[in-house]
Amino acid sequence: MATTLKPVNAVVVGFGWAGSILAKELTEAGLQVVALERGPHQDTYPDGAYPNTLDELTYNSRGKLFQDLSKSTVSIRHGIDGTALPYRQLSAFLPGNGVGGAGLHWSGVHFRIMPEELRLRSHYEERYGKGFIPEGMTIQDYGVSYEELEPHFDFAEKVFGTSGTAYKVKGQVVGDGNPFAPDRSDNFPLPALKDVYSAQLFRKAAEEVGMRPYAMPAANASGPWTNPYGVQMGPCNFCGFCSGYACYMYSKASPNLNILPALKQSELFELRVNSNVLRVNLDSDGKRATGVTYVDAQGREIVQPADLVIVSAFQFHNVHLMLLSGIGTPYDPRTGEGVVGKNFAYQNMATIKAFFDRDVHTNPFIGTGGGGVAVDDFNADNFDHGPLGFVGGSPFWVNQAGSKPIRGLTLPPGSPSWGSGWKQAAKDAYTHTLSMDAHGSNMSYRDNYLDLDPTYKDAYGQPLLRMTFDWKENEYKMTRYVTEQMRKIAEAMNPKAIAVHVKNFGEHFNTRAYQTTHLLGGAIMGSDPKTSAVNRYLQSWDVHNVFVIGASAFPQGTGYNPTGLVAALAYWSAKAIREQYLKNPGPLVQA
Amino acid sequence: MPDDKTFSGRRDFLRKTLAVIPAITVAGYGVATTAASQAAPTLQSPYRPRFFTSAEWAFVNAAVARLIPSDANGPGAVEAGVPEFIDRQLETAYGHGNLWYMQAPFAADAAPEFGHQLKLVPRDIYRIGIAALERWCQSQHGKVFAELEPAGQDDLLRQLEGGHLDLQDLPSALLFGQLWQNTREGFFADPIHGGNRGLVGWKLVGFPGARADFMDWVDRGEKYPFPPVSISGERG
Repeated sequence: MATTLKPVNAVVVGFGWAGSILAKELTEAGLQVVALERGPHQDTYPDGAYPNTLDELTYNSRGKLFQDLSKSTVSIRHGIDGTALPYRQLSAFLPGNGVGGAGLHWSGVHFRIMPEELRLRSHYEERYGKGFIPEGMTIQDYGVSYEELEPHFDFAEKVFGTSGTAYKVKGQVVGDGNPFAPDRSDNFPLPALKDVYSAQLFRKAAEEVGMRPYAMPAANASGPWTNPYGVQMGPCNFCGFCSGYACYMYSKASPNLNILPALKQSELFELRVNSNVLRVNLDSDGKRATGVTYVDAQGREIVQPADLVIVSAFQFHNVHLMLLSGIGTPYDPRTGEGVVGKNFAYQNMATIKAFFDRDVHTNPFIGTGGGGVAVDDFNADNFDHGPLGFVGGSPFWVNQAGSKPIRGLTLPPGSPSWGSGWKQAAKDAYTHTLSMDAHGSNMSYRDNYLDLDPTYKDAYGQPLLRMTFDWKENEYKMTRYVTEQMRKIAEAMNPKAIAVHVKNFGEHFNTRAYQTTHLLGGAIMGSDPKTSAVNRYLQSWDVHNVFVIGASAFPQGTGYNPTGLVAALAYWSAKAIREQYLKNPGPLVQA
Repeated sequence: MPDDKTFSGRRDFLRKTLAVIPAITVAGYGVATTAASQAAPTLQSPYRPRFFTSAEWAFVNAAVARLIPSDANGPGAVEAGVPEFIDRQLETAYGHGNLWYMQAPFAADAAPEFGHQLKLVPRDIYRIGIAALERWCQSQHGKVFAELEPAGQDDLLRQLEGGHLDLQDLPSALLFGQLWQNTREGFFADPIHGGNRGLVGWKLVGFPGARADFMDWVDRGEKYPFPPVSISGERG
């Protein structure tokens, strides 16, 4: 029998960026908040402390901070008639586990979004005509504008201690930042991080081929910073142990560093770890959530009643929980009806490695997770898509986050794969190689979606979430076009060799190759309950006291990394809860 | 091959070890471990394998010596302690497959894009794979792998890598992939895990290890001048 605890005002499911932001905002509003995190306690100390954290094998190869797949994973298939197989080993994507979620081990790349991407379908139809968007591509508008989100982008940057160079503040050009970036209400909290040498080479080459390089916005502090919650960060020393690690320098923003210390001061807040939520409980007519049921470390089922349920786990856990709880109508790709699981999207990456002679020292171990130099000339709709016939785009960058020899050693094409020849090539290549990415967008499609797997179960006996996903014609065209543009930058550097890693037409989604952890959609926001799972405030259309926060709300992919938009949407949703919902609980948008 | 200088020494060792092994392996794994430990001082290492039998230990030592040989560019995988590293890894959650989702049903015929879909965990891949390879080796050459000439070992490893050997019990490329991945890990991981002795892997490529403070070096574009250090403070 489940134990039922005393009710609280709000329960927060999942304690990464979204969960910590909502917990902070709701305790500030005077609510008693319990946050449930399925993983363990973890923090900068001791989990990220020097020198033990500088261990590539433990953290990156064995994934100490990543999701424990032995307990729960997803299954994957390429089409709606296929049989899905479990994602058994971490490779294509690396979700987090424990306090901080993926926000503890992320790199720190901290973008906003291009305004037109928030109204992508409308924008493309207006500029290129309704017939331009291919059949089966189900891109939508978010239902919220850049102007509405701008104050929240700004505040999140101050919480994260983000470093960068602005272009326009309040309509005035203030610096040599990204000329395509939208207007800002304020500058970045901290100046941009220094360019590592590889990024200097990229900046120079990009200028030579007529593109407009800028310093990437990074939640890695370029100097000391005290955030609005009174939490202090120290300057990044470019140690290169960001992605996959907790930052021993207290320089990379994380929920653990930037929010939790302030939250712990509040008597209204309680964090329970090793608490795996099984479902959101609904009342008899399914219109209102009564709380959640979770399993604790001992395996006991516990019911935590709450007036408000914040679903703020990683993207696909949010969708999984909605499906398991019966919140909203599951999406059916054959009819196109239903909403939960709809518009699952990802990131569409291509990479070029440039190999130099031994007199060019790229020192790839020197790095910072979010820093680097990028160009946006082929991102979003910054270029004319009319003659190209595809939707979407890609920023290009050298984002040297610190590559280490177990997983970061790449050899020039044609090098021996082992033996003395490999050894010679490894010696010649490692400190003389740089890597640049085309971090492309991925659109949403009628048959790329999420539902429950009919066969495989997790450690709690619940069906796994099933991903049905593959690349489409538009995605091959986009990534191949933009990669050819990026190749111009690579060639302008005069390397002795380059290796281009880009998808071929017809190539299936490969679960073995890292493709970013930027999984999106499945509980998307929008203006119409027939085509979105949550409204513009991330409130469930069907169960008004459930808010679903995270990249699960994105109706399709973007060229940028998602965390900046996740944080802004979290503050935007929190504002609506504080200013509207708590005064008058009910749907914030009439269906 | 450029590793001629060091080849004969190790080969002598392997011959001597092998001379002892066959009589003992039949007695079972536990006893075989003792045999390996008796032979170990010749390897200039007191390490006693906990997972590998002495026959497996001989294979792993011989194979990693071809994958990353000792040569003019410095010590190879054996000198770096890679066999010890692998043996230790196989006693961890990783070796037991406990970091992976391992619920049935398994789909042995899955397309490669779906990644590992077999029931085999790293311990199985070594145990079953080495036995199958040695069986194949005996039937083709009348010798175990470690007794082959270097060129023959290389040829066999290439066939293994290409998936061209029919080992019956598992895909040959799976054994190669596991061995090569763990060999690189053992060559480049921090020495706390048993490999990369003397930081030789890091010295080869110029990785400074746990220095992890490059404030003064961020934008220089010069050769980084300091030798590597390990987590325990060892300097290369």
